[in-house]
Amino acid sequence: MPQPLNYLKETASQTAGPYVHIGLIPAMAGFDIFEKNFSNVLTTPNTEGERITLEGKVLDGTGTPLRDVLLEIWQANASGRYNHPADRSAGALEQEFRGWGRAGSDFESGLVTFETIKPGAIVDKAGRTCAPHINVWIVARGINIGLNTRLYFSDEETANAADPVLNLIEQPSRRSTLVAKRSERGGKVVYSFTIHLQGPEETVFFDV
Amino acid sequence: MNAQAPALRDPRLNRPEPLTPPLGDGGFFQRDRSIHPPAHAPGYKSSVLRSPRQSLLSLEGSVSEITGPVFGHNDLGPLDNDLIRNYAKDGDPVGERIIVHGRVLDETGRGVPNTLVEFWQANAGGRYRHKKDTYLAPVDPNFGGCGRALTDDTGYYYFRTVKPGPYPWRNYVNSWRPAHIHFSVFGSGFAQRLITQMYFEGDPLIPVCPILTTIPDQDALDRLVAPLDLNASAPFDSLAYRFDIVLRGQRSTYFENRTAGN
Repeated sequence: MPQPLNYLKETASQTAGPYVHIGLIPAMAGFDIFEKNFSNVLTTPNTEGERITLEGKVLDGTGTPLRDVLLEIWQANASGRYNHPADRSAGALEQEFRGWGRAGSDFESGLVTFETIKPGAIVDKAGRTCAPHINVWIVARGINIGLNTRLYFSDEETANAADPVLNLIEQPSRRSTLVAKRSERGGKVVYSFTIHLQGPEETVFFDV
Repeated sequence: MNAQAPALRDPRLNRPEPLTPPLGDGGFFQRDRSIHPPAHAPGYKSSVLRSPRQSLLSLEGSVSEITGPVFGHNDLGPLDNDLIRNYAKDGDPVGERIIVHGRVLDETGRGVPNTLVEFWQANAGGRYRHKKDTYLAPVDPNFGGCGRALTDDTGYYYFRTVKPGPYPWRNYVNSWRPAHIHFSVFGSGFAQRLITQMYFEGDPLIPVCPILTTIPDQDALDRLVAPLDLNASAPFDSLAYRFDIVLRGQRSTYFENRTAGN
């Protein structure tokens, strides 16, 4: 017998369930408990960058929006810098911009929204430039282990075409499942997305 | 069924702990999907229409995955880890008073410091304080059912609550959830993000739960069962249960591959 390696095993995932709001967004469950709450607004008045609204739905295999889903997003700031010590890239850090938010879908429409800024392009450790993107994590009743995907931006065609992650997707037609569409509404910039859990338009999910 | 073993090393081994290189900034250890429930688990009916059918696309950890949000004590309030007091209106909530404590570790056995742990649960009668829960058991006016804590420098966390009750749910006609507490944990990188559920030693509903039995590996399932920890209980006050949570470990960069002379 060789020496044992003796690593621990990761704790198994379990579904967040239908009442995930109680723990993570108690106001949506219908009560007020914490002095300080996390939200779907990532910006403060001082945040640098173009203000955007992300707006989308998550659809099940019948095309019906999930009305009990929770999304978290994690993104770089407008200079392409993540607010984390492991990001040692050159972009300017903004301490006030955490770069993270969470939102529950509307109980009637299934709509999920975030108020944030458009992130800058990211330079990875290998020195490659990655197209601006937002990392998304999805949990809900019926989702046994959180799903990881990304949102790219429809007005970044050149950067998207060169992005090393988008280019890992074998079928070019599936790359578009990750691209949020830009529009303007009442003077506000809105990026719209639809996440398909199943079906011919199934979104690309990552094993990160 | 074995309750969760404490994260102590086997004293018979000549090397008491896994070799732990300097803190890494590489990608995380590849996730062993065989110990997690599959996305499509037909015995848990809600998973059927909510499970991707295409293969996940494997990404080696880029800066987007090895980084993640950082939280601090400023994000929390003083009663956030005390579910007996954080929603009390005119008295304590009904139920068995318990302390839940443990460590958040990574796969190398190292504590994960200063990470956010969030938890939520039903009350002692098995009813959630949630506008969508219509179970006939009553809401407890003194119990909210959620809390959060930041681990200390060693990865340790604790909170106080009442033991949640089991409750029925619509899967089969007579499906009941074992008593459980939901946990959400961050770690240092977004790729470590995890939601799970803690169960209680000796609960007879554990082996028949359609959600718990989505886990294909019996040892992985057993590790979700917290043992009674009498040594941590408060005499004449609260029993205690211990629940350690393991997040993915992180690779280190030993050598940079650069062309000689550069």
